Amino acid sequence: MSNATAVHHDAHDAHPTGIMRWLTTTNHKDIGTMYLTFSLIMFLVGGSMILGVRAELFKPGLQLMRPEFFNQLIGVHALVMIFAALMPAATGFANWMLPLQIGAPDMALPRLNNWGFWLLPPAAILLTLPFTLALFGIGDGAVATGWTMYAPLSVQGGIGVDFAIFSVHLLGISSVLGSINVIVTILNMRAPGMTLMKMPMFAWGWLITAFLLIATIPVLAGAVTMLLTDRHFGTHFFDAAGGGDPILFQHLFWFFGHPEVYILLLPVWGFMPQILQTFSRKPMYGYKAQVYSLWAIGALSVVVWAHHFFTVGMPVPALLYFMYSTMSISLPLAVLFYCWIATIWKGSLSFETPMLFAVGWIILFGIGGLTGLVLADVAADAQYHHSYFVVAHFHYTLFAGGIMGIMAGVYYWLPKMTGHMYNEKLGKIHFWLTAISFNMTFIPQFFLGLAGMPRRIPDYALQFAEFNMISSIAAFALGLSQLLFVYNIIMCVRGGKKATDKVWEGAQGLEWTLPSPPPYHSFTEQPTIK
Amino acid sequence: MSSQTHNHSHHYYVPNPVAYPVILSLGLLTLASGFIFKINNYPAGRWMMIAGALIILSMVFSWMGKVISESETGMFKSWEDKSFRVGMIVFISSEVAFFAAFFGALFFMRVISVPELAHFDPNYTMYKDFVASWPSIGPGGNVIRFGGALETYKPAANFTPMAAWGLPAVNTLLLLSSGVTVTWAHWGLIKNNRNQLIIGLFLTVALGISFLICQATEYHHAYTEMGLTLGAGAYGSSFFMLTGFHGFHVLLGTIMLIVILIRSIKGHFTADRHFGFEGVAWYWHFVDVVWLGLFVFVYWL
Repeated sequence: MSNATAVHHDAHDAHPTGIMRWLTTTNHKDIGTMYLTFSLIMFLVGGSMILGVRAELFKPGLQLMRPEFFNQLIGVHALVMIFAALMPAATGFANWMLPLQIGAPDMALPRLNNWGFWLLPPAAILLTLPFTLALFGIGDGAVATGWTMYAPLSVQGGIGVDFAIFSVHLLGISSVLGSINVIVTILNMRAPGMTLMKMPMFAWGWLITAFLLIATIPVLAGAVTMLLTDRHFGTHFFDAAGGGDPILFQHLFWFFGHPEVYILLLPVWGFMPQILQTFSRKPMYGYKAQVYSLWAIGALSVVVWAHHFFTVGMPVPALLYFMYSTMSISLPLAVLFYCWIATIWKGSLSFETPMLFAVGWIILFGIGGLTGLVLADVAADAQYHHSYFVVAHFHYTLFAGGIMGIMAGVYYWLPKMTGHMYNEKLGKIHFWLTAISFNMTFIPQFFLGLAGMPRRIPDYALQFAEFNMISSIAAFALGLSQLLFVYNIIMCVRGGKKATDKVWEGAQGLEWTLPSPPPYHSFTEQPTIK
Repeated sequence: MSSQTHNHSHHYYVPNPVAYPVILSLGLLTLASGFIFKINNYPAGRWMMIAGALIILSMVFSWMGKVISESETGMFKSWEDKSFRVGMIVFISSEVAFFAAFFGALFFMRVISVPELAHFDPNYTMYKDFVASWPSIGPGGNVIRFGGALETYKPAANFTPMAAWGLPAVNTLLLLSSGVTVTWAHWGLIKNNRNQLIIGLFLTVALGISFLICQATEYHHAYTEMGLTLGAGAYGSSFFMLTGFHGFHVLLGTIMLIVILIRSIKGHFTADRHFGFEGVAWYWHFVDVVWLGLFVFVYWL
């Protein structure tokens, strides 16, 4: 693809050591590492919270916690997983890999890049601090409204809601800064000769993600600001007595919330074809079709939001519009699935851990997509809405489609980032344990939902007992399996078999032309793309 | 969107490690937690807010100062310049989305929720006598307030809506003129007429400050004589949130204009390289355009 040469500028490698290196860094790899580490830590934090929930749901009745605390765990679990685990993981990959893949010396705005990361720990502190404050008699715990923070519940909620509002603000600033950086880097920092249509698919996925973030995150910021003023400063945006409407909050929230799903998934759709082509040892199928489909999905995602609250009471024409527009997303998504499968079709496949995750991802994310189609049907949704069917559906999209996709990326790029091979055998065991326990956790939840079990309730009728017991046991297996993942990463960072520059036999792209690990400043001289 | 052919003759400027961002984030954390404590009746929050604000101000001042000195020592060439331009355009786009949320709320309440509240079946509504109109204070009645206690909601004694063709029209004139003066200053900069640059910027700052004074007068009038407050139903909520956030942006824009005025007086910016000036000018035009939307949809129609 190119005649890239990595130029070592030892003089430029000087940087502070110890904690100051990480606090003050402007280097895209350091910042990427911080994002990925933060994401892994918060993944474990969010996971522990939901294990508390699954423990409570192990059998009917209230065993372990007050319902209020149960609600707090559920809401904070979701916010942590979405904003502090999945999004930072994608941003971490963007930081590490975008400059390497497009032949740039660094991200375009390195100081803003550092700020974007360092807004995240304060946001995580704001989100979880109320748990601790409650122990000291300040307030009544964290936000207990679910991650959607619907009014009027959130207008009546305690101090935890205020902390969540400002946490969202900091996360929003961080996302906007990250998006500005990605857009500028992709548009202005590509190596000479790398036209947009020669870019790696990961760059396309992230470019569209960044545009979606710019269009929607500020709307969420506006919505929670109105929530804040409704709570404390007497406005009536979400209060019918003043002419406002609680449903207005749902519109504003999901105008952000639906594109957010694609914000979480588009980066994965970007690098997944690269993994598939690597382990199929043939070129990606349908590059242009994939790029156009990503754009189509990005554009459609901002006009379909109301399918998240079909049951709230909307005029029939609105229901029909949101149903058909939602279903139309399955057309470009089907094109993507076709291209992914066609990429591995008749390839010389080998199943190293990243490929196992990638193929498992196609199947499991496919289930997530198809169950979404069922939920998009207005009539059927009246039955499924707010049931465990929805919970199972979005975990197939966000855990299988998001987290397992990220894991594929971690195993794929870890040798490049650390210079060592991870333990392949442990990686494969991790995949199988994850895939099996994930399905064991969430397949029962489809049935629970179809049978009418509502989400977000700490107790349930006796008829749901067996499925919940299976789901809880499997959830603990799923959670514990992730310790293997953490162990494997730590061992890989600390040592292991030396990785070659190319790492994978079929690897394609600029990042594989650099040494493993790449020098601190990679492309000081830009490569030329023919 | 065609192929990129430039051949960069120098290395892209990657700044050395800095501590501003992480301290700035700490300042934001302190300010936000202090504010949360204060509005939840923990008075210590006020001191946290002051500490946070001081940290933020000092960091912004140092960070911007550093960028200005880098700019003046010639660290930024056309490659970096393009990064700043694209970045500024994307940032302003995110601001557009932020205002869109509040305009969306205004349209939703005016077109959907207020009319709906008046058209319920009288047997099933507590707002039997409510007639939809705009401006609206809403139907009133009982409302559950913070803490869960049911208390009687007293609609503010009816208010007078803000008339478009008084102070708001003057404000429109002020902002539109300021758009002209900042462009005139830009022309001065391009043809190396430093006096025109400085006078143009000075006039723009003066117009911005006049706008803020008019708006403060208008707010004072609204609160003391017209009964128009944040609590005045759908109209009061959307009126103050939209004009308030816009006013805040005018304030920021004016401060930014003052900075580039001082820089111009010090002899910064050249005819062919002046992103600092243009970024502020773009921001000012954006604030101007938002105002036109406000004037039409909040004040006039």
